[in-house]
Amino acid sequence: MSARMEAPVSDVGTAPRPAPLRATTVAILAMGGEGGGVLADWIVDVAERDGYVAQTTSVPGVAQRTGATIYYVELFPEAPARAAGKEPVLALMPVPGEVDVVIASELMEAGRAVQRGLVTSDRTTLIASTHRVYSMTERTAVADGRVDAAALIAGAAAAARTFVQGDFARIAEEHGSVISASLFGALAATGALPFGRASCEDAIRRGGVGIDASLAAFAAGYAAAAHAGRATRDEPAATAPAATAPATIAPAPLPRVGPRLRSVAARVEQSFPPTSHPILLAGVARVADHQDERYAVQYLDRLERVREVDRQTGTGDFALLRETGRYLALWMAYEDASRVADLKIRSDRFARVRQESRVGDSQVLRISEFLHPGIEELTDILPASIGRPLRRTGWIRSAVDRLTRRGTIVTTTSVGGFLQLYAIAALRRWRRHSLRFADEQRQIDAWLALVTEVAGQDYPLALAVAECPRMVKGYGETHHRGRRHFEAVMRALPRLRARADAAACVRRLRDAALADESGDALAAALRELVA
Amino acid sequence: MAERSFAREVQQLRLGRGEVFRGEGILAVTKALLQSGVSYVAGYQGAPISHLMDVLSDANDILDELGVHFEHSASEATAAATLAASVNYPLRGAVTFKSTVGTNVASDALANLASGGVTGGALIIVGEDYGDGSSIMQERSHAFAMKSQMWLLDPRPNLPSVVRAVEEGFALSEATHTPVMLELRIRACHVHGRFVAKDNVRPTFTLKDAIEKPVRDVSRIVLPPASFLHEQEKIRTRWPAAQQFIREHRLNEVFAERARDFGIILQGGMYNTTVRSLELLGLADAFGSSAVPLYVLNVTYPLVEPEVTAFCAGKRGVLVIEEGQPDFIEQNLHAILRRAGLATTVHGKDVLPMAGEYTAAAVTSGVLAFVDRYAPELIDRAALPRVVRPPAPSTAAAAPGPAGLDAHVHARPPSFCTGCPERPIFTALKLVERELGPHHVSCDIGCHLFSILPPFNIGATTMGYGLGWAGAAALNTSATRKRTLSIMGDGGFWHNGLTSGVGNAVFNQSDNVLVVVDNSYTAATGGQDIPSSSAPNPRRTTKLPIADAVRGVGVKWVRTITRTYDIPRMRDVLREALTTPEKGPKVIVAQSECMLNKQRRVKPQLAQLTRAGRRVERERFGVDPDTCTGDHSCIRLSGCPSLTIRSSPDPLRLDPVATVIDSCVGCGLCGEVAQAAVLCPSFYRASVVSNPGAWERVLSRLRLAVIRVFQRRVDRRLAGVLG
Repeated sequence: MSARMEAPVSDVGTAPRPAPLRATTVAILAMGGEGGGVLADWIVDVAERDGYVAQTTSVPGVAQRTGATIYYVELFPEAPARAAGKEPVLALMPVPGEVDVVIASELMEAGRAVQRGLVTSDRTTLIASTHRVYSMTERTAVADGRVDAAALIAGAAAAARTFVQGDFARIAEEHGSVISASLFGALAATGALPFGRASCEDAIRRGGVGIDASLAAFAAGYAAAAHAGRATRDEPAATAPAATAPATIAPAPLPRVGPRLRSVAARVEQSFPPTSHPILLAGVARVADHQDERYAVQYLDRLERVREVDRQTGTGDFALLRETGRYLALWMAYEDASRVADLKIRSDRFARVRQESRVGDSQVLRISEFLHPGIEELTDILPASIGRPLRRTGWIRSAVDRLTRRGTIVTTTSVGGFLQLYAIAALRRWRRHSLRFADEQRQIDAWLALVTEVAGQDYPLALAVAECPRMVKGYGETHHRGRRHFEAVMRALPRLRARADAAACVRRLRDAALADESGDALAAALRELVA
Repeated sequence: MAERSFAREVQQLRLGRGEVFRGEGILAVTKALLQSGVSYVAGYQGAPISHLMDVLSDANDILDELGVHFEHSASEATAAATLAASVNYPLRGAVTFKSTVGTNVASDALANLASGGVTGGALIIVGEDYGDGSSIMQERSHAFAMKSQMWLLDPRPNLPSVVRAVEEGFALSEATHTPVMLELRIRACHVHGRFVAKDNVRPTFTLKDAIEKPVRDVSRIVLPPASFLHEQEKIRTRWPAAQQFIREHRLNEVFAERARDFGIILQGGMYNTTVRSLELLGLADAFGSSAVPLYVLNVTYPLVEPEVTAFCAGKRGVLVIEEGQPDFIEQNLHAILRRAGLATTVHGKDVLPMAGEYTAAAVTSGVLAFVDRYAPELIDRAALPRVVRPPAPSTAAAAPGPAGLDAHVHARPPSFCTGCPERPIFTALKLVERELGPHHVSCDIGCHLFSILPPFNIGATTMGYGLGWAGAAALNTSATRKRTLSIMGDGGFWHNGLTSGVGNAVFNQSDNVLVVVDNSYTAATGGQDIPSSSAPNPRRTTKLPIADAVRGVGVKWVRTITRTYDIPRMRDVLREALTTPEKGPKVIVAQSECMLNKQRRVKPQLAQLTRAGRRVERERFGVDPDTCTGDHSCIRLSGCPSLTIRSSPDPLRLDPVATVIDSCVGCGLCGEVAQAAVLCPSFYRASVVSNPGAWERVLSRLRLAVIRVFQRRVDRRLAGVLG
């Protein structure tokens, strides 16, 4: 999890000069409320006890409200000051290139320290927690707006003289404490400051709040930083922690399927190429979970043609088959009310909620769902012969609207609430006759036909078309909007196909559709490409 | 009640002669006030001087012992007017606020105070919020000192210097009958340092003496003809007296005066940065022994001509290190040297930035350019500090240096805290805008101003504290039925918004809408009490409803929402206010306690109850990852720090799913939004009951037993497909 790297002091091409007595400098980059101030205070406390003049400053202000901020500490040995009969003059802000220790409470903050020039290879010990607190930009993206953690780690490793990394947030959490304690432990382990471990622990004790937990987190942080392997600055790749890499990159073990899917799974293994097995097995399980085994067979039937066309026109890695398999499974297992109810009532879901909510054995848990079924959702799961007239009847529509306007909160841990959801989940059996099922199958077939047809002519474009259902997500209005975007791109397709860069165009349209909620970016891209 | 207890800091205020005070700069100022025999202290909280107020409000015992009156002023104008007590009586008084915003508000009273002058020492402690991390317009307080002829102290940013500035500031004020401003930069306020304390002093002349033996002097009142005399007095009497006092008491400092035939003139507050720059350039040691003469202006207004000419005489050039603009000191130096017939060249903004914070990088490069011109031999080019070293071309391309990280490092501005009650107001407003289209929104000052940033992106202007509704005053016409919406916090409301905004809207027959965010504190400044605070406070009058005040000035249409997290209600009331045919100003009071303060209050209580074996129910929200499709609309309508993303556990899905992390305080917004905005069914609320009663436990077990029967049927089916 944690690694420590040391690089030789780089020769920056300057003549050596006698090292004058100077302050030791420490910058702590944190977000408001993370305890950066507590860490700075501990350092000051240790320093003052161990014969140092210490000064800390910060500019908390509104950054206290979750913003990024820097706490800055300077230390100066008291003995030479006393000998000189003078007080050292300590600075109130870090100077780029003149920082001995940088502590970043989060990975992007480590990147910020590097960006600000605070981390330099001749001097800086960088201690960074590799966990992520996602920025607003990352969190509000319609698709995946996360920045590349590996790039941040590589940048930090390249910039620092010594780089100590670890998930110090998790370490703190495991010991019921906060990150300032585990980072303090890591700092003590680096030996970058002239204080022993015992002195640091004494400072925590003097702090007087949550001492035992803090000491435990301190010890764990110390161990993580001290026992980690060493690598040189030239091999940053060796240290990228797997946990921060996107899950999709790691080769996942083949998904398990149950006994009733054995023949379907065997068919996957016998008649589909191995590179497609992880996705196809997951897909088979997903659609069978959603409906039944017959649905799984249908899933593979649909993919037969894609496999054939991929074999004929593809490059041999069956990317088209895989991506079509991915989005076909997700599309076939569309989220209607009975699917949602089905997922909410499962025992493993109850167990997950218990665990996420940290419910102890002696505690009682109540789970409440925030549902908002409207006329669409209700008629979706009814047989088409009932649903269609209901949907068209004005007074029924408005009556249902009135009843469902405020949404409903269902307590799944009550017998009544559970049975309500159980009954809705049971409608799965009639799903094949439902209004939405017919709709979805029609659209799925149209999309599949397009993918296979295009593949014969333009394989990359077919792959781009196969990935387009990524635009359709969510429920209610969000879902409708995604569907509209998807359809707009599909409508544009005939005019784009003539272009040599048609695949790039479709990807651009898809990215535009995922760039904002309003659809403005998509509209603009469509105007530009299709007009 | 402030958001944290300052009991520990209060003990520092009791230190006696010879004991060592260790702590923050602003607390050192507080201690210095008591050592100076102050009779009264007032102010308005705000970074970076909030702690002065917070510590004093926790220090009632000490204040009572010393006979010091302490007020949380209604505004900076109130605080400044409070100094009127020092006009006729030998009472030392201090007021404090954030600058320049607070000084702007206070300037009417300050100008009147400065005109008539003072008998007792009057100290105005202004905390500068300039540069990195600042939340206000970037201006200087210097101009206020100049325009009203108040003396401006800008001491070196170490505790002994700051404490001395307080003590000498009172003496200077009394010697010159002039209020004195003490300017402290944000880092100086928050710097941890030490100084040797003195005993606190109980004033000999008391407030009681003043009240019982009132004194008046018509020549001190700003009315003609006295006002004309005041102006003359400032120039003829007070100014020379100030210069004499500054010289005699050596308030300004000179270091290494004859070391070179050039030197640096700097604001006291820039001293540490300047010395560090000199140190990095090999021109000073760590103790500040400089190879370049330094003239440190601990008093930046007025300048003392004889000191200036003495320092500049025989010098070819001087560098002025003066942060911010306009370059008042530099211009003044030019005039002084010209008048004195000195040929010394003045440098300043020619080698230093005209605008912006004087970071160590900026100062180092300015000092380097200056010294390079006058004594290039002093600079060891081979040993330049990195911050002024030209970039090495060879390595720049190879490594993923700082520039390579730009795409991966996002700005991280402050935003609403986890569970903040202000967030749902803007969520509801977003939903209303989906129906009614965008509205002109006029913002105020306070936490709610975070609405202008993602994910809400709401708000067009902010004109100052309490001026939210005033900022929309012109946009009031019968030519349209569309209304404007203004936002105001409870802090701004009591500061002046009741008159400048609400009274103004009533009087001018506004047809527009105001939302007052009533969270029981001035939350943005650290959670201080105000008249509408919901908690009892033995020293202040609280629990005064904002709705009553609003009705009191004539608003007829008033709605109070007592739980902002109730999104449907919040949305419906906003819609009603924006669309009702009823004419006249409309005010919505949106109430819920500041979550930061609430958690600080409630968390320990709940923990204690749980330990004591009492039934305690805790709520948190969660997201089911298998129903979440990863479109993140919930986050775009919230932005709550505890509502974030994580990799989807589903191998088929590429986009991260939403997730609620442990910091969730169970405010309920996620669920409300998912319902009100018809987003998705993925949110659940987990209510966890600690120490449930016996009946509750049995009932829960029974329920689960029934549920298990059905769950086993589901499990059997799934075992067939999932294995």
